[in-house]
Amino acid sequence: MIRRTQLRNYQLELAGFRKRVIIAAGMVVVMLLLLLARFFYVQVLEYQRYHTLAENNRITVVPIPPNRGAIVDRNGVVLAHNYSAYTLEITPSKTDNLEDTINGLAKLVEITPAQRKRFAKLMAESRNFETLPLRNQLSDVEVAKLAANHYRFPGVEVKARLFRQYPLGETAAHLVGYVGRINDADLRRLDEAGVLNNYRGTDHIGKVGIEQSYETELHGTVGSEQVETDVNGHAVRTLSRINPVSGNRLVLNVDSKLQEIVEKAFGSYRGALVAIDPKTGGVLAFVSMPGFDPNLFVNGIDTTNWNALNDSPDKPLLNRAFRSAYPEGSTIKPFMALAGLNYGVRKPGDTIFDPGYFSLPNSSHRYRDWKPGGHGTVDMHKSIVESCDTYYYRLANDLGIDRMHAFLSQFGFGRKTGIDLEGETAGVLPSREWKAKHSRQPWYPGETIIAGIGQGYNLVTPLQLAVATAALANGGTVYRPELVQAIIDSRTGQRRVIAPHVVDHINIKPADLQVVVSAMVDVTRPGGTAVSANVGAPYLIAAKTGTAQVVGIKQGEKYDAKRILASHRDHAVYIAFAPADNPKIAIAVLVENGMHGGSTAAPIARAVMDYYLLGKLPKAEVIKAPAGAPGDVHAD
Amino acid sequence: MQIRRGLLKMLSHIDVPLLLLLLTLMVLSLFVQYSAASQSEARLISHGVNMLVALGVMVLVANIPPQYLLNLALPLYVVGVLLLLGVATVGEVVNGSRRWLNLGITRIQPSEIMKIAMPLMLAWYFHHHEAVIRLKDYGIAALLLAIPVALVAKQPDLGTALLISASGFYVLFFAGLPWRIMLGMLVAVGASLPVVWHFMHDYQQKRILTLFDPTRDPLGAGYHIIQSTIAMGSGGSFGKGWLQGTQTHMGFLPERTTDFVFAVFGEEFGLLGNVLLLTLFLAIIVRGLMIAAGAPTLFSRLMAGSLTLAFFTYAFVNMGMVSGILPVVGVPLPLMSYGGTAMVTVMLGFGILMSVKTHRKLLKS
Repeated sequence: MIRRTQLRNYQLELAGFRKRVIIAAGMVVVMLLLLLARFFYVQVLEYQRYHTLAENNRITVVPIPPNRGAIVDRNGVVLAHNYSAYTLEITPSKTDNLEDTINGLAKLVEITPAQRKRFAKLMAESRNFETLPLRNQLSDVEVAKLAANHYRFPGVEVKARLFRQYPLGETAAHLVGYVGRINDADLRRLDEAGVLNNYRGTDHIGKVGIEQSYETELHGTVGSEQVETDVNGHAVRTLSRINPVSGNRLVLNVDSKLQEIVEKAFGSYRGALVAIDPKTGGVLAFVSMPGFDPNLFVNGIDTTNWNALNDSPDKPLLNRAFRSAYPEGSTIKPFMALAGLNYGVRKPGDTIFDPGYFSLPNSSHRYRDWKPGGHGTVDMHKSIVESCDTYYYRLANDLGIDRMHAFLSQFGFGRKTGIDLEGETAGVLPSREWKAKHSRQPWYPGETIIAGIGQGYNLVTPLQLAVATAALANGGTVYRPELVQAIIDSRTGQRRVIAPHVVDHINIKPADLQVVVSAMVDVTRPGGTAVSANVGAPYLIAAKTGTAQVVGIKQGEKYDAKRILASHRDHAVYIAFAPADNPKIAIAVLVENGMHGGSTAAPIARAVMDYYLLGKLPKAEVIKAPAGAPGDVHAD
Repeated sequence: MQIRRGLLKMLSHIDVPLLLLLLTLMVLSLFVQYSAASQSEARLISHGVNMLVALGVMVLVANIPPQYLLNLALPLYVVGVLLLLGVATVGEVVNGSRRWLNLGITRIQPSEIMKIAMPLMLAWYFHHHEAVIRLKDYGIAALLLAIPVALVAKQPDLGTALLISASGFYVLFFAGLPWRIMLGMLVAVGASLPVVWHFMHDYQQKRILTLFDPTRDPLGAGYHIIQSTIAMGSGGSFGKGWLQGTQTHMGFLPERTTDFVFAVFGEEFGLLGNVLLLTLFLAIIVRGLMIAAGAPTLFSRLMAGSLTLAFFTYAFVNMGMVSGILPVVGVPLPLMSYGGTAMVTVMLGFGILMSVKTHRKLLKS
């Protein structure tokens, strides 16, 4: 009985299963008919359309990247150009086995482990289907070897390409910058700017410096070639061609020789120098030390070099000329003196007695002068020549922070200069507003006092200081600093000169200016703070030295350079322009841990002026002894 | 003498009609691969070696009686799930997905094991509840199915997750899942689509959107669809001829030896070739379903039926994708696409079918 039920169940179940099998088979047939219908639609009904599309697929449009524009200095010396070379390139998606391919190629031509590493890095950063260089600058023999074995390596090509080169190497690297391979971030930016198509076929883009900020001028316009291909995809003939338009040539205001002199003059010191033509705002030299070789970056820097640059405590990749801000120290004093005259708070002949310190009423805190015992009776002229701190503590107190800020901001302090490079820092020109924004504390009177000698919150970039010095030199015109003088159109050869751009016109009475300039001239004469570096100059030099504190000195303690770590020593600051009676060059120098403006920074500025005004080359060693030379009044 | 008799005995477990159909497909595949791989003999040899290995696996598996497979089902499933858990925790990320498990000696993709283990497990479950199959059993089976599917979907590998759930569903279907429940499931799936959409990764959403409008992404996933449809369509009724496909040989067709090999076939052999291929697939499926229908035990029936339909699903999904009616999911065309793992997995399934077919007399209770 039980047995029979089971058997019947079995039969029933089997019947049910078979029913489902038939249903499944039916479904399969329906689905296959669906596919068949699709095939019929695509292959028969729409055949003409797809046939045409496939025929057109034989014609491909190949982009022809333009030749990037060259960069030359004011005298036509080439700072960046292109050279043609053969490269070995791999399209990883087209290879059968990348590892085997590279190993196979390594048997034909030399491929160093560094090149393999760089290739791996490029792979990780690359877009899909991208062709990546494995080795550059193949020799003719290597090209021949690869051509003979080409068939063995699918996805491998030898291509003639143009490469960016910076013939002067480290010289002017910080301002020229470099190009590098286009990465995802660049692509996104190009896409947003709507110029992605113009970069088809291009694999490099300006990353830093002028290469970056003038990218649109330098890049040019992509061309294209309509090519008919055979069944193997090889081009058989060109149907039409639109030539690419080369990028424009940039002529700089910068003098590369001057640049080189400064870089040498710095020796092993870190720092920056900016020299400006006070009549135009053209930048004559733009130096940040130490530098780097931009050629390393062009085809992807290898890790060893990258780590060396990136981990160096000297930060060679940092552009100190406009990305680092320092306290301007006593170089603020000529500007402060003008402010005093401008608001009628001081007359040139007004004197104070300097006991060696200044105290606010009802306060015992002493703001010390750098000179123990003080300068005695001090008028405005002496205050600049000897760099008397007490005079400016008192002047700051009489002016008040609001008037100080209003007057000094006209020179561009605390504001970006608008130079034609990206990444500028604005620095700080303190005010009540600025402090309210950056802290919850109110403005304290004592902060006005130290701001009077360029310490406290004050921060300025060497570039800003040079712009302000140029404005002092030309009697009050603030120019936007320009690295590029002219752009030469690659097609027409037309020279588009970049006209000087006036940012501000400061109202300075000539008589007031005369007081300050004559004092600055005496800074470079016996009794001044920058004498030794300026001995024997056949032209008049107006200058001011300064010191930027790196670490604070406690009340009642003395600053002793010998007892302080080298990296905690004061920075030397120095501004100068010459000839003082008809200024042609204005300079700001900062030497990190250089201590006295007169001993380390002033000699560099002198070398610049001697070359620029007289064409004279400096002696081998510009900065003599780290502690300075006798004859200078060792002020801050 | 002994060895010879042994070998003959082994070959006696081969289902000849099925083998002939499979061999026809394989020969066709060699021709297409040779063309797709730009007449590379190395590729042809490598593809042939994959086939021989897979055929060997098939013969071995065909010799394993179904009751051994029955005993293997549960351990295989448990190991598979554990490996998937391993992938989820310590798996290697390749192309943004966590699919691989490094066992020290070799890297494995446990989702591949699940393609066989899943139908085996569910068939095992129903086999053990054969006497009375209640609604509860379908529920438990669904749960057994959901665990690995969820783990694979999270990798994320949506394509494989769907294929595994399909193979599991086929077992439920053949086990007699009531129609009203299937209808309910259909409604539930429809209702949950917006939720699923929400949890999809950007690239998954993009693939589906690209299906409706390939020009949205002409250099990405859309490129595949556009170029494979052009290849297919330009093949016309009779094709451009073997080795004559312009799309294929000028490099417009991506992944032409693997997922998109069917486009090469369609371009060079046209609609006529496609009809032949569909007929071959249909014949294989009919033979598989016949084996299932004639199988003596519930376990072997469910297993054979489900594996056959799973094979069909791979073929359908791939051809649908290449001809532009399904989204681009990385599913190779069984036996045609280049790739050893998939080939072995598919032939292992056919080995099981042959085992079911040839062990029936011994097993009949």
